[in-house]
Amino acid sequence: MNTETLTVRFFARLREELDTESLEMAASPDLTTGDILAELAARGGPWAQLQGDQPVMIAVNQAMAKPSTPVKAGDEVAFFPPVTGG
Amino acid sequence: MISVQTDDFDPAAEYQALRASGAGTGAIATFTGLVRDSGDLQGVTGLYLEHYPGMTEQVIQGLIDQASERWDVRKARVIHRVGRLDLCDQIVFVGVCSAHRGDAFAACEFIMDALKTSAPFWKKEITGDSEHWVEQKASDRDRSQAWD
Repeated sequence: MNTETLTVRFFARLREELDTESLEMAASPDLTTGDILAELAARGGPWAQLQGDQPVMIAVNQAMAKPSTPVKAGDEVAFFPPVTGG
Repeated sequence: MISVQTDDFDPAAEYQALRASGAGTGAIATFTGLVRDSGDLQGVTGLYLEHYPGMTEQVIQGLIDQASERWDVRKARVIHRVGRLDLCDQIVFVGVCSAHRGDAFAACEFIMDALKTSAPFWKKEITGDSEHWVEQKASDRDRSQAWD
């Protein structure tokens, strides 16, 4: 856990299409998960789907969250497609 | 008790363990889910199941806690497999002990319905020549929301 950054994890179809399991991002003040989605979507290409038509589920520190959920340094944020277990 | 594992499980052994929950138990409801040959695709030959370690167990424990608040639940057992599974393999087991059948049926069905839309598992269907991440079904969302 770095005190200046947070970890972003991806699962399932998003993990494959972004070719990324996890990455570290700078944790600026007043940051929300929606801000992170917007920043990553701006990379373009497959990343644009983070703000596309398909729903993206969000978790912060392994609990379901919303785009308005605040995040801080040391947090674990995860983005994934709607779940399909059972 | 919750297990997320690659190994298969034995429903008969799980049932016997649930039976040992005490003399107050008058009903045990169990559900077992299997790999079927058709889903989003036809001719499915297997599945790959991915999960979010840690969060998965927390979400399922939350569902057992919710079930225990709504119904008489004396013991609950959830097993979910991950990794590569073949046709007809067992995927998931839910077992609930209650004093009466109504609570056992309802709690077992609630845990299973809510698991499908809230526990972070993802299925990839495998056919002879392709792979496909399964899409969440509106019917599954409806079943889960019906418990709200």
